[in-house]
Amino acid sequence: MAIANVLNKQGRPELVPSTPQLSLSGVSKYFGSSGFVALDGITIDIPQGQFFVIVGPSGCGKTTLLRILAGLDTQSSGTVAVNRTDEKRPVNSMIFQGDSLFPWMTVFDNAAYGLRMRRVPEAQVSDTVRTWLERIGLWRFRDRYPNQLSGGMRQRVSIVRAFANDPEILFMDEPFSALDEQNKLLLHEELLRIWEATKKTVVFITHSVDEAVTLGDRIMIMTANPGRAKAVLDVPFPRPRNVLELRQKPSYGDLVFHIWEQLREEVQRARQNAEGEKA
Amino acid sequence: MSAEVKGRDRVVGVLTPIVLLGLWELAARFGLLDARFFPPPSAIVHQFAALVASGELGANVLASLKRLALGMLLGGVPALFLGLAMGISRPLRAAIDPLISATYPIPKSAILPLVLLIFGLGEMSKVVMVALGAFYPIIINTVVGVANIDKIYLDVGHNYRANRWQVFRTIALPGALPSIMAGVKLAVGMGLILIAISEMVAANDGVGYMIWNAWQVLTVDTMYVGLLVIAVLGFLFSIVLDEIEHRLIPWKRRA
Repeated sequence: MAIANVLNKQGRPELVPSTPQLSLSGVSKYFGSSGFVALDGITIDIPQGQFFVIVGPSGCGKTTLLRILAGLDTQSSGTVAVNRTDEKRPVNSMIFQGDSLFPWMTVFDNAAYGLRMRRVPEAQVSDTVRTWLERIGLWRFRDRYPNQLSGGMRQRVSIVRAFANDPEILFMDEPFSALDEQNKLLLHEELLRIWEATKKTVVFITHSVDEAVTLGDRIMIMTANPGRAKAVLDVPFPRPRNVLELRQKPSYGDLVFHIWEQLREEVQRARQNAEGEKA
Repeated sequence: MSAEVKGRDRVVGVLTPIVLLGLWELAARFGLLDARFFPPPSAIVHQFAALVASGELGANVLASLKRLALGMLLGGVPALFLGLAMGISRPLRAAIDPLISATYPIPKSAILPLVLLIFGLGEMSKVVMVALGAFYPIIINTVVGVANIDKIYLDVGHNYRANRWQVFRTIALPGALPSIMAGVKLAVGMGLILIAISEMVAANDGVGYMIWNAWQVLTVDTMYVGLLVIAVLGFLFSIVLDEIEHRLIPWKRRA
């Protein structure tokens, strides 16, 4: 099994087939007077259509990085370049961690949100939302409110909300972290199914190594405090992937183990730092 | 909550006052209560019928309701919009919050003489009193309602490129609605108090005037009719407002 361990310090594309959709160069984030370095010089190219996963211990700044990419936060230094392929489509849509559906909107209205905000004609909104809700098996729940759905169903609706908006890039911030294992597995399968049909560029954040290896084309391992890119590696498994079959492969276990080894150092170091600060 | 439990709650709610009224009637009849101060409910009902028949009660209730409605609009609508704007805009909140905090604790009834001075003895002074009473609970609850909207919803709005007006319409207003409705309920209660007080001091009709006039000519029965009418109005308003809330905020209903 070949694991490409690429540390992309120079910001030059490696193993990148076409123009990168996202190009990060020296992206850093410091917080005010404390001088806390949340992100330190993140440089990476993410090609169009790639499922890119960022995995790291909690507090490594991965959510901050995603928020910067999505324009919800600004970096202290460095640049983020987005290469657009279609000016008419929205640049990005985000699937947030935890409950982000509007409690005051029905499933349908939540799913239609992005389209309505950019004033897509209502007939088209209706068609698109119906297609997506049917695809993910929630059409008959279209008139329900989020508090009448299970956690897994709610997260499926937020996936629909993002996909229906048809953005060039999808950002996902630990979207499944609040779900139980069974739901997680089902949602991994569903996400892979609909993503493989659309092949959008995805940047997915997680602290779960299993999730990273199951879903990703390429994985960036992040260190904590300061948040740096420790390694970038390719996931060699072909698509379409069957989640359960994939997890039975010895090579899957090897890759998970390899990533864990790298992460373990980081988690331990982060813990030591935290204890050192307390002392 | 099941319809059955809800129905049972309603029945209990209606039953309690009926039992108490029965006890009162008996106590007044058997001389346990002084009938001059506490006329038996049957006498009050009799007086109620007489006042309805003469049209006096209807005219007074109508006059009060008109002032109440106009006052709620005059105070509530600006409170709602200013509250929403303050909830969204931090600078506006910083500018106006201290004014509200400083003027809110002044008892509205204490402002009545000033209001009479400014607006005279006409309708406007009563409407303004109700408006003052309605303004504060609505603006305070609206600001709190908007400010307490989970930040993640604003992030979603931002991420989906909602403009300011869209954020206002799709997030701030519906997100604050439960809190706004709580404010409206408080405002209606406050409005009833203030309309009664204002009419006692400065009106020639209205339920408050009716009560005060009854005191001056010592028709105690009529005083009780007035109190009863205010109580019933308050009760009806709360039913209507609950129903409005139920329709306006369907997402608060449980599956």
